[in-house]
Amino acid sequence: MRGDEATISAAFAGTLGAFSLDVAFDAPMRGVTALFGPSGCGKTTILRCMAGLQRLSGRLTVGGDTWQDDAARKFRKPHERSVGYVFQEASLFPHLSVRRNLLYGARRSERTDKAGALEFADIVGLLGIGHLLDRAPVALSGGERQRVAVGRALLSQPRLLLMDEPLAALDRIAKDEILPYFEALHEKLSIPIVYVSHDLAEVERLADMLVLLDGGRVLAAGPLSDLEADPALPLLRMSEAAVTLEGRITAIDEAYALTSLSVPGGTLILPGRRGGAGSYRRLRIRASDVSFARTRPLDSTILNCLPARILSVSRQNGDDAQVNVVAGLGEDGAGARIVGRITRKSQEALALVPGVTIFAQIKSVALIASGA
Amino acid sequence: MLDFDELWSPIRLTLELAAISTVALLFVGTPIAWWLARSKARWKEAVATVVALPLVLPPTVMGFYLLIALGPNGPGGWLAGLFGGRSLAFTFESLVIGSVFYSMPFVVQPIRNAFEAFGDRPLEVAATLRASPWDAFWSVAVPLARPGFLTGAVLGFAHTVGEFGVVLMIGGNIPGETKVLSVAIYDYVETLQWTQAHILAGGMLVFSFAVILSMMLIEKRIGRPGL
Repeated sequence: MRGDEATISAAFAGTLGAFSLDVAFDAPMRGVTALFGPSGCGKTTILRCMAGLQRLSGRLTVGGDTWQDDAARKFRKPHERSVGYVFQEASLFPHLSVRRNLLYGARRSERTDKAGALEFADIVGLLGIGHLLDRAPVALSGGERQRVAVGRALLSQPRLLLMDEPLAALDRIAKDEILPYFEALHEKLSIPIVYVSHDLAEVERLADMLVLLDGGRVLAAGPLSDLEADPALPLLRMSEAAVTLEGRITAIDEAYALTSLSVPGGTLILPGRRGGAGSYRRLRIRASDVSFARTRPLDSTILNCLPARILSVSRQNGDDAQVNVVAGLGEDGAGARIVGRITRKSQEALALVPGVTIFAQIKSVALIASGA
Repeated sequence: MLDFDELWSPIRLTLELAAISTVALLFVGTPIAWWLARSKARWKEAVATVVALPLVLPPTVMGFYLLIALGPNGPGGWLAGLFGGRSLAFTFESLVIGSVFYSMPFVVQPIRNAFEAFGDRPLEVAATLRASPWDAFWSVAVPLARPGFLTGAVLGFAHTVGEFGVVLMIGGNIPGETKVLSVAIYDYVETLQWTQAHILAGGMLVFSFAVILSMMLIEKRIGRPGL
């Protein structure tokens, strides 16, 4: 696990009071990697260690730069790391205006005049904070403050942006207001983001990669859609189990106002005109919205009925009525994975076992984000 | 008749002493306050107690030990020896040193409280924005602790102006050198010069009232925005 140019490689171990942490994971130097798990699983501690705000033994390389390596007695102090950190509370400097908050880190970072440098005007535009520049932080709403905090972190030209539950302190309305801005960042900026959250809905909207944590250990790490459909992991057993897919808009049916999106192994149809052909959308399919049929139903109202192959069937913990069926889209099952939660009775009646080719009926597909 | 020069001399001396002592108090007190606010050392409360001792110690006790320390056989005498003197006691410098010790808790406590009030977070934010600890101290901690500095400076100044016991012990009563206001008033009363005592005492009364009032007004104004 040597760090190279395209990888963030982290390993930390130590104890904090009664809590012991022992984690190691790799994340790509692009996109959003979510550290996800229940409260108290060590997510924030890992993030603080990555920023150098806290020190546990371990090793951290970011895109080829070593920030910590105990074997080489190397530990870069926080201000010597090219990192941006967004705290749960915006923590703007109350004695500085919004503009001077934004420029605080910008003034102190080495000016990289290379093409990738983030410009003040671009960041301010992207986050929609242009009209706030001369205000004092106390005069901002919670959502506005958090946007300024993100802008401030980005303008210090970090190689890595760390976000510690940046939406947790906000109410539902403020969350909905700020999420589109985060998605825009994800789409427009190439900077890698490590995002801590215990809210699956946020993770589904933003994350590409997932590091699943529990009790100070890594349960699994990998692409979000893989982990969601892994019968060995708790995500599939949650009551709101779902998969997220990236879909590309292929056609708009103007007459019926339907949008077709191509996903690996099939095409999904969504009601409404959901954007121009060629653009990407992130979709979410809940396990409870998926049912299966042995033959193609000919008289169903459900539009999305795709051939698929069953990959796994797993029992629910403490539930002998329902099972989780993971299927790969396409007759060969090589496409995107979807999960369906059905009764054990139906599963046995239809003899749904791994390898069987079936038709997956998807009652509803939710569009959750504009996608990458 | 009133001799205005004689009246003015202790006032000027007092103001000089208070001004110099306040500057010295901020220089010495700020690092102590910072350490007390940020250190995780177990024995830091012991240090805090030493700093706070003048609050309860009779000034004569403080003055007595300072007299010994500053005298010919103490470190003060040794220091004076370097400059060709014999002792630091009964000099203006000794009053400054005494004032710094005596007024220290009034300066350290508000500044420490102000440093503690904003916690670790603003400094962590500054660090993740590339500010070195020294940089963060000046650009974040000091501005955020501004009301504490103001209170500390005003209290330190005012307390030095009102000092009597320590001055008497280590400064004596040398006109133009150590004869400050409070000693002068005492002197006038001793010698039954009531008019002069009235002028100085009344002036002190007005001064104290003005100091505390303006401090409260300023705190009200600058303590609010953003905090």
